[in-house]
Amino acid sequence: MKQGNFTTWFKSGSPWVWMNAGAVAIAVIMTLGLLLLIAVRGLSHFWPADVIEAEYTIPGQPTITLIGEVTTREQVPTERLHGAGLPVDPEKTEFMDRELLKVGNRDLYGADFRWIVADWLENERTPEDIVVIERREWGNFYGYLLQVKQAGQLIAEGDQAWTALQPAVDRALGIYDEIHALETGAIGKINAELERIRLRERGYELDNALTDDRKAQLEAERKVQNDLYAELEANLIDLYREFNRDSIRVRAMDGREKDINLSAVVRVFQPNAMGPTAKVGHYFSKLWEFVSDEPREANTEGGVFPAIFGTVMMVLLMSIIVTPFGVLAAVYLREYAKQGAVTRTIRIAVNNLAGVPSIVYGVFGLGFFIYLLGGNIDQLFFPESLPAPTLGTGGLLWASLTLALLTVPVVIVATEEGLTRIPRSLREGSLALGATKSETLWKVILPMSSPAMMTGLILAVARAAGEVAPLMLVGVVKLAPTLPLNGNYPYLHLDQKFMHLGFHIYDVGFQSPNVEAARPLVYATALLLVGVIAALNFAAVSIRNHLREKYKALEN
Amino acid sequence: MTTQSPSKTSSVDFNTPAMQRHRAMRHFKDHFTRWYVAVGGLGVIVAVLLIFLYLLYEVLPLFGGAEIEERERYSASWVQADDPPLMLAMEEQGEVAIRVARSGQVSFFNARDGKAVLQQQLPIPAGAQVTSFSVETPNSRRFVVGLSNGQVLIAQHDYKVTYPDDVRLITPSLNFPYGQEAITLDEQGRALDQVAMSSDSNGLTLAGSIGSDLVATSVSIKRNMMTGAETRSESRLALDPAQGEVTRILIDPLRQWMYVVNGEQHIDVLALRKKGELNGRYKVVEGMGTSITSVNLMLGGISLIVGDSSGELKQWFMVRGNGHPLLTEVRDFDQQQGESIALIQPEERRKVFLAVDTAGQLGIYNSTAHNNLLVEPLGEGTVSAVAIGPRADHLLVEHGNGELSYWDVHNEHPEISWSSLWGKVWYESYPEPDYVWQSTSATSEFEPKLSLAPLTFGTLKAAFYAMLLATPLAIAAAVYTAYFMAPALRRKVKPIIELMEALPTVILGFLAGLWLAPLLEDNLPGIVSLLILTPIVFIAFAYGWSRLPARIRLRVPEGWEAVLLIPVVMLLGWACFAMSVYIEAWFFGGDMRVFLTRDMGINFDQRNSLVVGLAMGFAVIPTIFSIAEDAVFSVPRHLTQGSLALGATPWQTLSRVVILTASPGIFSAVMIGMGRAVGETMIVLMATGNTPIMDWNIFEGMRTLSANIAVEMPESEVGSTHYRVLFLAALVLLSFTFLMNTAAELIRQRLRKKYASL
Repeated sequence: MKQGNFTTWFKSGSPWVWMNAGAVAIAVIMTLGLLLLIAVRGLSHFWPADVIEAEYTIPGQPTITLIGEVTTREQVPTERLHGAGLPVDPEKTEFMDRELLKVGNRDLYGADFRWIVADWLENERTPEDIVVIERREWGNFYGYLLQVKQAGQLIAEGDQAWTALQPAVDRALGIYDEIHALETGAIGKINAELERIRLRERGYELDNALTDDRKAQLEAERKVQNDLYAELEANLIDLYREFNRDSIRVRAMDGREKDINLSAVVRVFQPNAMGPTAKVGHYFSKLWEFVSDEPREANTEGGVFPAIFGTVMMVLLMSIIVTPFGVLAAVYLREYAKQGAVTRTIRIAVNNLAGVPSIVYGVFGLGFFIYLLGGNIDQLFFPESLPAPTLGTGGLLWASLTLALLTVPVVIVATEEGLTRIPRSLREGSLALGATKSETLWKVILPMSSPAMMTGLILAVARAAGEVAPLMLVGVVKLAPTLPLNGNYPYLHLDQKFMHLGFHIYDVGFQSPNVEAARPLVYATALLLVGVIAALNFAAVSIRNHLREKYKALEN
Repeated sequence: MTTQSPSKTSSVDFNTPAMQRHRAMRHFKDHFTRWYVAVGGLGVIVAVLLIFLYLLYEVLPLFGGAEIEERERYSASWVQADDPPLMLAMEEQGEVAIRVARSGQVSFFNARDGKAVLQQQLPIPAGAQVTSFSVETPNSRRFVVGLSNGQVLIAQHDYKVTYPDDVRLITPSLNFPYGQEAITLDEQGRALDQVAMSSDSNGLTLAGSIGSDLVATSVSIKRNMMTGAETRSESRLALDPAQGEVTRILIDPLRQWMYVVNGEQHIDVLALRKKGELNGRYKVVEGMGTSITSVNLMLGGISLIVGDSSGELKQWFMVRGNGHPLLTEVRDFDQQQGESIALIQPEERRKVFLAVDTAGQLGIYNSTAHNNLLVEPLGEGTVSAVAIGPRADHLLVEHGNGELSYWDVHNEHPEISWSSLWGKVWYESYPEPDYVWQSTSATSEFEPKLSLAPLTFGTLKAAFYAMLLATPLAIAAAVYTAYFMAPALRRKVKPIIELMEALPTVILGFLAGLWLAPLLEDNLPGIVSLLILTPIVFIAFAYGWSRLPARIRLRVPEGWEAVLLIPVVMLLGWACFAMSVYIEAWFFGGDMRVFLTRDMGINFDQRNSLVVGLAMGFAVIPTIFSIAEDAVFSVPRHLTQGSLALGATPWQTLSRVVILTASPGIFSAVMIGMGRAVGETMIVLMATGNTPIMDWNIFEGMRTLSANIAVEMPESEVGSTHYRVLFLAALVLLSFTFLMNTAAELIRQRLRKKYASL
């Protein structure tokens, strides 16, 4: 192209081409930027940042000492700080730096975070002996370790305290695991057993069949369980006594001292004293805790394991339901139905159902599955537990069914596409060799289209894993006491409510009392969810590409 | 198989029993599979289509009218023909009824068969007769009797429910909340022609009339917190006589207004809080010879229902215009025209009233929905009293001949009509008709405001702002990717966009609400300048690039422009945000948000339409992109090559040939994107304040149909009107998206055929 002046260049239309290119650039940046944002925010949360100690003086007020982690730093117009009532002079400087300091110790100060003006911080330092204590309640503690006590007796103080602390913490954590195992395992089993006995009794009562024999038998069974429980309880009390034995004395930034029982401690570390290796180790241990542990403190700390488990369970059940039905419908539409106006209409309708808002499926699930089907099933099969609903309320089964309905169009469309891609010659070859239509279907067509089905299923799973709106109506809860699959009869609890990663994000991000503290965890959860879904999608894409190659080879 | 059987040489026999069995089995399997697939496949499709039918099934009862059905008709032995009823009422279960007669006889009886349960005489002082009567409100269960000696007596009917031997037993009783002694209302001792009362825990207002003279007294009761002792203080209101004979007096429950019906066509409104000052004299009935025949207050006591001799019913309430409240006609009902209205009876829990005319016809109406649910005769002859149960499921009628009849009433959803869902409705205490969604409230006298208009508006507003961002971006990106982009790059870009599509909306919503919204609030000038500067900078960069020496220019092959622009966009974004604070300080006094609100008068919510537009735009871009890209990419090559060969520039080819050919595809992409934006739930739920307002302001939020369902559905009572209206909202969403998608699909199919023929 000859270089002309601006007008001719403009007339050639290339600015528009560039604008279009810009749109692609923007879309790509938006996607990648968003992923990067989630990744950075989600992954940095687990890194043990340095804890600073500094003197802070708001002009006209006494100096205080602050200990905490700097989480955000931003520049704000002085005008705004002035408006917030801080003694700053908007005439002198236009902008000031502001930092958000995580000071922890919610039990002492009421809030975890504090905004400070960076200019007023003095003498910033990172003493190595600052300890960070992760607790089961009240959030983190930042401060200095003074003493370690055993049953009220001082066993270490000063410099020795840190060395004496670690074994004590490990011991307490060991006991915690034991208690937890006992409570959810054996005692949970007894409770489930007792509930089953109660329901049997109520069932007999309803049938007017509660004879004295049966009563006595139930009573005997109940006694067995109660005795078992008494035994375990004694065990538990011992464990709790041991658990509460040790405590530490710590000093917070304002000089206040506090005793913390080790039973409330999850983890103790000195971030400023950690070397890079120790920090990496700490990072991965936190990461592991995040994916394998249960949430603490109204879901704002700890892990998301129950949510991962719930999501996986729901998606698995959904796949089991959706695959056969989706494939069946697709096979019918493509192989058996007469290709005419009706089939075309049905195909369009099915296609469009994929575009129907998911909340509509939620409403349908709630009305049809839960209230209509569930309510009637309860009347017929679970009258003994009424008025407490069994299947007449949201739960794993209904959630899976609702999502199966939501994703069945995806499977149908993908499978159909796979079926159309199978060359006619193969079908005709099979029929010509004398195979019946069903044999052709089972032995030739279905195996050949199985990658397409896989693709459909993976896409369905990816969609189901990210869907939240319908689940809010059909059985997701913010905190489920037990997993839907556990050691108590009947092992798989289809009627149980469950936790879900997507809903977890919504709930912790928007319904949590302490959003600021929970936010990093939400980013981490989001990253996890995006990771799972991206992996599923890439799997689907690569299977699809592989499939195309295969048929290309066949056609030639 | 064959007729010629090679019996000797061939050893294969195809007709052995085993082979036959095998063939039969294969045949059976084939048939079985055919049926199995057909039944299963159709079953799945039917199940999916069931959604539509089920939603319809839940919604349809909303639009049904009312039905009544006569159960029993009897004449009770204790009813005397010359002792007409003053009041008829029923308790909660519709089992026990009460009848108060002019003689002062109060009878509690079984509503189904008329068997007397308890009969009692009102403690009327010796020598006095009942001359007037009034019910306070149906749910206070209090009534007042005016006597011929100028005194009044207040009574209350109560019901106690017990379950001896698991059988429900309802024990009625008559109580006197202000004592059995009659209270003197007219100090001159004249017979009270009309009487009215209104009470609450702080006191009681009584009013009466003698001809056109009015008397009223207000008793305030103070309870000592410690001892519980009551002190009563009485103050009389000096009221001017009305201009005509008073035919009815009503006092609202807040004891603010007294309505005096007088002189056949007028209602005088007196302000009780201003010592009975006349607010105005209103002519409520038009036309010569037409007169007011019946007036009653609706539930909540705000609205007056006026029935006249022409059979017309009108709803009036006090509207606070500019300072001075005026009694205003709100709506009228003419379904019973022709016969004079004899009785008006409000329901206890809903804004529904019953009207009986002199021909004995019953009409059931809902005021909010401007809805006539039923007009049906209650049998031969006139009706002298009618009572509706508190649950509005039973009706008790006393006929002119002294017979009683007991009816079942089915009227589940009177609040809903086409006009109440989609039109402007003049709600009680509102200055003018409006679109309002407000489904729940603290008091039971609340008028549910179930207009879908603000929600639909919010849905369209959210979709509009999302499309505003997404349409140009997605189409431009699709055109570039399909037409200009180098294939190698295209293979990398497409999976990224597909990933964008797969991002769960809950994550987008969370980022929009917790990251983008505060970011936008702090950097508003930055965002605005980014939106304005982006195209300018693109063109400037492109021009600059075209002026570069060819040596550098040619290093980047054609179709890779987008990669060059990535750092430009990033740099620009960074610059805009870095500049934001300075722009804010220089032009907007340090805070653009304050500037907008204070100086421009534009409301600013943190979670606003701009945030939703950006976040939902992000969600919609890949949908539009994929379909539009597909449409542009499949434009037959020979068209473009022909155009280029004739000397058109690539852009001319694109804009005059490619886009024109692919335009139906692009259009259907936009429609499908629109469908997605309309139905999206999580983003709007998390990124807006969910306030149902109707305002196009980009800095304010909205409440969409889908978010509304997500918020309100879990708390809605199964089978209630609210529940069904939420189903209706879902049905609206379903139908809308389904229609959009079907239209888009049909357009695409036609396009595909066109391409095939080219």
